[in-house]
Amino acid sequence: MRTSTRDFTLRRERTLAGALRVLRDEPDTVPLAGCTDVYVALQFGQKPGTRYLDLTPLAALRRITTSGDRLVIGALASYTDLQRSRLVRTRLPMLVEAAHTVGGAQIQHMGTVGGNIANASPAGDTLPVFAVSGAEVVLQGASGERRVPFTSFYTGYRQSVRRSDELITAVEVPAVEGRQWFRKVGTRAAQAISKVVLAGVRGASPALALGSVGPTVVRLPRTEALLASGSPIEAALDALRAEISPIDDVRSTADYRRDVAANLVREFWARTA
Amino acid sequence: MKFTLNGSARELDVHPMRRLLDVLREDLSLTGSKEGCGEGECGACTVLVDGEPVVSCLIPVAQVEGCDVTTIEGLPGDHPLQLAIMREVGSQCGICTPGVVLAALALVNAERKPTLAKVRDALAGNLCRCTGYEAIHRAVLAAHAEKR
Amino acid sequence: MRTVGTNVARKEGMARATGAALFADDLSFPGMLHGRTVRTRTARGRLAGYTLGFDTTGFTVVDHRDIPGENVIALIERDQPCLVADTIRHSAEPVLLLAHEDRDTLFAAPVTLQEEPEPPVFDPEQSQQVFKHILIEKGDLTRGLARADLVIEGTYSTGAQEHVYIEPNGVIAVPEPGGMALHGSMQCPYYVLKALKALLGKAAGELRVVQTETGGGFGGKEEYPSVIAAHACLLALKSGRPVKILYDRTEDMIATTKRHPSIVRHRTGVTREGRITAMQVDVLMDGGAYCTLSPVVLSRGVIHAAGPYRCANTRIEGRAVMTNTPPNGAFRGFGAPQTQFAMEVHMDRIAEALGIDPATLRLRNALKAGDTTATGQKLGPDTSAVEVLRSAMRRSGFRRKRAKLAGTGRGIGLSLFYHGAGFTGSGEVMLGSRAGLETTPRGVRILVANTEIGQGTRTMLAQIVAEALDIPYEQVDVAQPDTSVVPDSGPTVASRTCMVVGGLLERCAHQMRERLAGASPAEHHAKHGRLHVEEQYRAPEGRQWSDKTYRGDAYATFAWGCDVAEVELDPVTHEARVTKFIAVQEFGRAIHPAMAQGQIEGGSAQGIGWAMLEDVVMRDGRMANPQLTNYVIPTTLDTPPMDIVMLENPYSGGPFGAKGVGEMPIDGPAPAIVNAIRHAGLDVRAIPATPERLMRAPRLTPTGQGDAR
Repeated sequence: MRTSTRDFTLRRERTLAGALRVLRDEPDTVPLAGCTDVYVALQFGQKPGTRYLDLTPLAALRRITTSGDRLVIGALASYTDLQRSRLVRTRLPMLVEAAHTVGGAQIQHMGTVGGNIANASPAGDTLPVFAVSGAEVVLQGASGERRVPFTSFYTGYRQSVRRSDELITAVEVPAVEGRQWFRKVGTRAAQAISKVVLAGVRGASPALALGSVGPTVVRLPRTEALLASGSPIEAALDALRAEISPIDDVRSTADYRRDVAANLVREFWARTA
Repeated sequence: MKFTLNGSARELDVHPMRRLLDVLREDLSLTGSKEGCGEGECGACTVLVDGEPVVSCLIPVAQVEGCDVTTIEGLPGDHPLQLAIMREVGSQCGICTPGVVLAALALVNAERKPTLAKVRDALAGNLCRCTGYEAIHRAVLAAHAEKR
Repeated sequence: MRTVGTNVARKEGMARATGAALFADDLSFPGMLHGRTVRTRTARGRLAGYTLGFDTTGFTVVDHRDIPGENVIALIERDQPCLVADTIRHSAEPVLLLAHEDRDTLFAAPVTLQEEPEPPVFDPEQSQQVFKHILIEKGDLTRGLARADLVIEGTYSTGAQEHVYIEPNGVIAVPEPGGMALHGSMQCPYYVLKALKALLGKAAGELRVVQTETGGGFGGKEEYPSVIAAHACLLALKSGRPVKILYDRTEDMIATTKRHPSIVRHRTGVTREGRITAMQVDVLMDGGAYCTLSPVVLSRGVIHAAGPYRCANTRIEGRAVMTNTPPNGAFRGFGAPQTQFAMEVHMDRIAEALGIDPATLRLRNALKAGDTTATGQKLGPDTSAVEVLRSAMRRSGFRRKRAKLAGTGRGIGLSLFYHGAGFTGSGEVMLGSRAGLETTPRGVRILVANTEIGQGTRTMLAQIVAEALDIPYEQVDVAQPDTSVVPDSGPTVASRTCMVVGGLLERCAHQMRERLAGASPAEHHAKHGRLHVEEQYRAPEGRQWSDKTYRGDAYATFAWGCDVAEVELDPVTHEARVTKFIAVQEFGRAIHPAMAQGQIEGGSAQGIGWAMLEDVVMRDGRMANPQLTNYVIPTTLDTPPMDIVMLENPYSGGPFGAKGVGEMPIDGPAPAIVNAIRHAGLDVRAIPATPERLMRAPRLTPTGQGDAR
């Protein structure tokens, strides 16, 4: 590991209140859950911080429950927890799909929903699912709890509205009306970072979200509007190609991402008709 | 910190953010878990924590407080999986073998009817460069059959 | 046969499955320091100096001035320095070595290199420096082309490939009384010894090199370990303490050797019926910054470049050239995968142009016993090109599927290939390998420098000796390859371990058997003490080879293979998925059938990765994706089910009829897959055939149904 942790401190709090106090009193504390992002960063010589807070003792944050007709997913729920949860399987099957594709079994056991959201990568596999399902991010901080619509959570590349004294404690998802869809295109069949990832809901009006085609996960308002108004699919896809901004990187090309994004949406539209 | 390692209670005084992999290999001289990449991709560092396979190169040791950790050294040496993987030549150079055995162990313990598809899925986080995986699949399916 | 041909338990016992097997990083020595290599950023230029931005107390610092012997990594040429003096020729070139007791302190120490960049050469086609040029000529090319009804041309290219042995490179240099020992992950202890002798002279005293349990090699630990070993020894010499250098995955990917990228041009004359009348092949290989093994990679590449086909008029010209990238080196197949990729895709293009079924085209031209190769080597009775082809065709239902799958977005393709066993031409004579056998209280011990790297060396050699001595397999031990104990039986490369070294050990066993005069080895040992015999390589009678003209018997013999791949194209993602894979391979005789099958399955998977997934992305002469997240190799979900058929055709010059099987399996998958993709409708002539490239590939019109002629 290129970054030594020798001079770092790790706090472990048994209560949420205690954890929030640490974040309030010691700014720049980095919360840790599954560590599948932070420890990879340390391996490659990055230094997210020198003070860390281990959230894993906060067992209550791992629960998956309901509140009225809303599905409440605790931030510490792992990808395996999501796949094993009858609630998630019945209410949000596209999330089960997403959870299964994040990586091998080991990563699925370790990585968490909260981590995926907080890491704020445009390639996060669960993010398009939350973006199309009307989800809300539940944040707790020194000043209490607040809820942010998922589609307003990100403000830029790896940036969100989460304040440094706040923790994501849950994501709440209202009942999803319509057929759910998820497809990820990775660098290979398994254990792969996404090149393009799509979640969709074919409800009264369609909802679409894509990852890895811009600095954040994105909804596709113009594409959705055209589809909702009965526009032919190819016209909608022209709009789609214009409202995403994929790049070339070591894994893939902008041209490929743009082309495949359109293909994925075309496939979604045909298969959910 | 206190945890159970291969069935025995252990107490360690180590920096909480050291990787579990390093604590096992360096402090406890359990070198069966290997570092192939340090980024959680190859699975050679796989151990079981409370029965679930995880990559120990991405775990701060503090997180196994109170947990049950199993490394390859915790297997008896003649577990059907260990015998099968050698017999079927599911191990060539052997560097991935401890990780593969532990990932497969979790499957074999949990599954009543492992199919080839389930074996592939359970091992998708373990890279092997030598075998092409075929012999590993044969070994895991054979071991499961023997176990029952 | 008692043990040969059976799946005996491996000599290592259960150690790999229990975690007891000790690899380089599992070893520690008292007082051991950790070592670190400081490398250049720029790909070409001058090194003006360096600055150590830290208190050097507790550190050992080594630069080129600390080298007591020659500042060189001795191999074929002596052009590669151990440490940069003032000329930089590639990015990640080693400049400075540091050692310290504490790894964190070691890696945190800031070092600045003062580099003055100069314009680099990255395009092999623009390179002015040729490491090696080879010309093979047979018959009369001009006349052969004139006789053709059709001349088909094509250019094919293959990318670099990183070995991704799951254990990165690692060594420990340990000063010992009177000298120094170097323990490490490697394939060729004597290569390392030779390099250390040139580097250190007598400064470190008596040197010995010991192979530790090695977590994969694939050629990546053939010559590269000399570099890391040199570095560790320099630090150990200066500090007087053991020094361990272990690369993490990123450093290993950036700094160590890769498969040579290639560009191969074909020009082939054929009759309307599909008989080849002339072949002209031009091979260009990118050697990277230093010569390393490029001449030999090129050699094997050009010798195999005309494929397993009969052609009276052939001209093959090859060049290995310099670019300012980290030197490329040995990788399973060693030039043959590159040139056979080109040949086999070219054959399918010929078939397309003629409207002939690709299997028929190959049947018409495949080499048979008594035919001569491009170098004029007359093939013996163990020539199985037609047999493997027919077997693969039958088993895959090839012709039926070619018709059935046409135009469906799926495809089926095949490749026919061969692989010379052992060193080329006079190579084995030059090596002059020696193998030894001695009696022990239990039985016998094998004394060879050949290494177990997963392929079953210990087991297979023990089987050969047990069979030849007619003693139980359990009574045969294998000495750890330690150059102070074992003779130089040559490197563990070139698919030679079984055929050449196994052959030497068979002769040792026969010699021993005579001298045992009916007693068992253990009995003899009890009565007379240790009996030791040794045998040295002798070239088979009648073999002729000229390094000057590249004519004659290039190899002792060849193994033969035919792969068939079925693919499915995904129109949404442009991915090609291999849904079925058949490999039919003839390699004389399987000493241990399960281990041989493992070589075929593993080599095929590695070939599939090279064909479809593995892309070394270079930026400014440096690998830009040196993480397993970004340089992807196949997982269990990326490998198709494999149907492996092993045919026997014993080779009289190999122990119990065995040839070599370690490398050939990687020659076939890439062209078989690309030919299947071509059948599915995309004009692909280069690998890796990533989805991004398939998206841009021109469409081919669907091929006709079956063979009309």
